[in-house]
Amino acid sequence: MTAMILDYALVYAQLVLGVAACLAGWRTIVGPRAQDRVLGLDTLYVSCMLLLVVTGIRMGTPFFFEGAMVIGILGFVATVALAKFLIRGEVIE
Amino acid sequence: MQLDAIPAIFALPAAVLVVIGSTLALLGTLGLVRLKSFYDRLHAPTLGTSWGAAGILLASMILFSWQQGDRVILHELVIGIFIMVTTPVTLMLLGRAALHRDRAEGSAELPLAARSRPETPEPVASDPETT
Repeated sequence: MTAMILDYALVYAQLVLGVAACLAGWRTIVGPRAQDRVLGLDTLYVSCMLLLVVTGIRMGTPFFFEGAMVIGILGFVATVALAKFLIRGEVIE
Repeated sequence: MQLDAIPAIFALPAAVLVVIGSTLALLGTLGLVRLKSFYDRLHAPTLGTSWGAAGILLASMILFSWQQGDRVILHELVIGIFIMVTTPVTLMLLGRAALHRDRAEGSAELPLAARSRPETPEPVASDPETT
């Protein structure tokens, strides 16, 4: 019984995080301005990272953890570089 | 994961944390889609990066600790601390970038508090590293 509750919770989390990633992707595509797209991309990174963690829980392997960590680090670097680009017009001066 | 034999004392808190975390992440992106101006939208996804991420990572820690049996797994703390440290940094930078762009274009989206200020040099120009 408790295992079934936990399984339903994990499936629900996967569905909801997938919807969240789709909404963030919609904001990334629609815009309307460049900073909105960068913010949508940052949210998309976080949603996909959480989705990977939940998938790792469901499958019972610790390997998704490294993937989630790499996605988190890359999301941070990408957003900082894009924000810097929006301010200065170039990334490395 | 073989969930058949999991005791309720591990399963129920993990289930509650996963549901809370994923729902908060969804609410954050819903705010990202629904809110009107960029400066409002900037706040919405932090729901997902604070307690959304924390809930799911805590549940992951609980379940993997139960799976290992004889030791406590705390790997997920790395992701959690990293997310909590980096999110304010990125969103501050993004907000400054948007403010800079709106000031440069004289956009109508610029908040009133930022508009009524006398013409100051751009916030970036006062950085010591820009010389």
